[in-house]
Amino acid sequence: MQAYIVRRLLALIPTMFFASLIVFVTVRLIPGDIIDMMLSQNDIAADKFSRDQLVAALGLDKPLWTQYVHWIGNILLAGDFGRSLWQNTPVSELLLARLPVTFQLGAMALIVALLVAIPIGAYSAMRQDTAGDYLGRSFSILMLAVPGFWMGTMVMVFPSIWWGWSPDVKFVAFSQAPLNNLKQMIIPAIILGTSLSAVTMRLTRTMMLEVLRQDYIRTAWAKGLPEKLVVARHALKNALIPVVTLIGLQAPLLIGGAVIMEQIFVIPGMGLLLLDAVTQRDYPIITGVFLIVGVAVMLINLLVDLSYGFLDPKVRYR
Amino acid sequence: MATIAEPHARRWRASSPTLKFIGRLIREKPLGAIGGVVFLLFLLCGIFADVLAPYGANQISPINRLKPPSLKFPFGTDNLGRDMLSRCLYGAQLSVIIGFCAAGLATLISVALGILTGYLGGKFDLITQRFVDAWQSFPDLIILIVVVSVVGPGMPQIIVTLGLLLGIAGSRIIRSAVVSVRENMYVHAAQSIGASTPRILWHHILPNVLAPIIVLFTTRVGVVILAESGLSFLGLGVPPPAPTWGGMLSGSGRTFMFQGPWLALAPGLCLTIVVYATNMFGDALRDLFDPRLRGSR
Repeated sequence: MQAYIVRRLLALIPTMFFASLIVFVTVRLIPGDIIDMMLSQNDIAADKFSRDQLVAALGLDKPLWTQYVHWIGNILLAGDFGRSLWQNTPVSELLLARLPVTFQLGAMALIVALLVAIPIGAYSAMRQDTAGDYLGRSFSILMLAVPGFWMGTMVMVFPSIWWGWSPDVKFVAFSQAPLNNLKQMIIPAIILGTSLSAVTMRLTRTMMLEVLRQDYIRTAWAKGLPEKLVVARHALKNALIPVVTLIGLQAPLLIGGAVIMEQIFVIPGMGLLLLDAVTQRDYPIITGVFLIVGVAVMLINLLVDLSYGFLDPKVRYR
Repeated sequence: MATIAEPHARRWRASSPTLKFIGRLIREKPLGAIGGVVFLLFLLCGIFADVLAPYGANQISPINRLKPPSLKFPFGTDNLGRDMLSRCLYGAQLSVIIGFCAAGLATLISVALGILTGYLGGKFDLITQRFVDAWQSFPDLIILIVVVSVVGPGMPQIIVTLGLLLGIAGSRIIRSAVVSVRENMYVHAAQSIGASTPRILWHHILPNVLAPIIVLFTTRVGVVILAESGLSFLGLGVPPPAPTWGGMLSGSGRTFMFQGPWLALAPGLCLTIVVYATNMFGDALRDLFDPRLRGSR
């Protein structure tokens, strides 16, 4: 087990290296005239910086590999992501403030997704090829096609027209007013969660169908156990193990969806930080968010892989 | 009756493999066949948008501002008096262009990368796979937002970025198909008579991974359309006044939705129906081509 963890961590190093290269190269694709564009688009910038200062602030005056070493070195050794170009606050501070909000939204959406997916998936498998099975499956596959931003828009528009009710968009932190915060986050979490539930539902159904054919399920039935116990204690428990892996695979979708929900419901998370930075062309922030999101997804996948061994004793770490 | 109908039906079935396949699709996957028909209709709407649309995409008509759906304007009009039906049709055109170009590019990249890594293997494969791992840790939308922030919004940029993005991710699917084909006897036979690697890849590997390639392309069209509309919704896609479905749901149109809720309905419905149909069609194709691939998405 320990050897496995060490090996898994070592395998993470090249992946993280590539990830940092992707971040670096993508943002460094900035063509030369982007500096002029930044200056012309942003009036404050023109007052604050001269062209040369801006080039120096972005580190564009040095050779590419020095830039990379300097950039990654500062992050690894000092946690220094640079400073926001216009606000002059350290990017790491902004990231730390925004990360928990997006994390909360993602976690709530994940809970919603599981609460929708597992019961429908299990029911579909138990009543395979009945009307209920088709209905449940069609619903969740339909939810996969409904874009989250359309759902969000409709939630903003129609209740307001019909009942004069609209979701609260003045954000309160969980630590200040937990109930208000939850009330605010639950709508985007439900929209995000239902659209994610389709894949989980399908996997739950497939795994349940497989498990329900096993010998130990027949034994459980033969013992005369009630359906509730057979399903909950014997079947579902075993069927859900692969579903855990899916959570890791869905992490990027969850974060991508969170960006759109944050934009619609004005939730100050990483997504809104990124979108604001994009409109202001604040490259240190863009780079920081880009890198942190990638690393977060990798770490989630690592945790999922490791938890697999605890959940499924049959899995041996080789 | 049966004696007359039978030879006729048999002849029809044997006429061509494509017709035979369509027959199977209708019989075994009726929902997928419906998806295919809707997909085809969407394609035709896109191609013939100029003929079908009653008005221009950006034809402003101040006296017809915010008209609810009627016979004259089946989907209503927006705050500038532009006909929503025409805008949705031209939106389909944009979606078709972006969807097919980006999905095509993505499939091309997936095939090239998947065949090379799958067939050659070794260190090249190992390093490429770590790169793909890293690439896949970034949410699609985040990469798109960052790239657009660097290269600016616009149709060519979006097509290239989406193609690259989905192409690298999709290479895994082609790679695993190639790995299973690689060990077949006919490949070893070709190797032993000294066939060159490009020849083997072209004549022996590629034809045998055609099924996953077609499925990959179909499902990618839906993914691209959804991604592009999300980006346009955020104001980072094809810039207005281009009638993108995502763009129609955002920006200036948003403030007028409270007066004209039909503005929120038509583009979203178009998107949902097209993506749903594409998903059903792609799933059906996958199940028919190769039952082993079922559920692998």
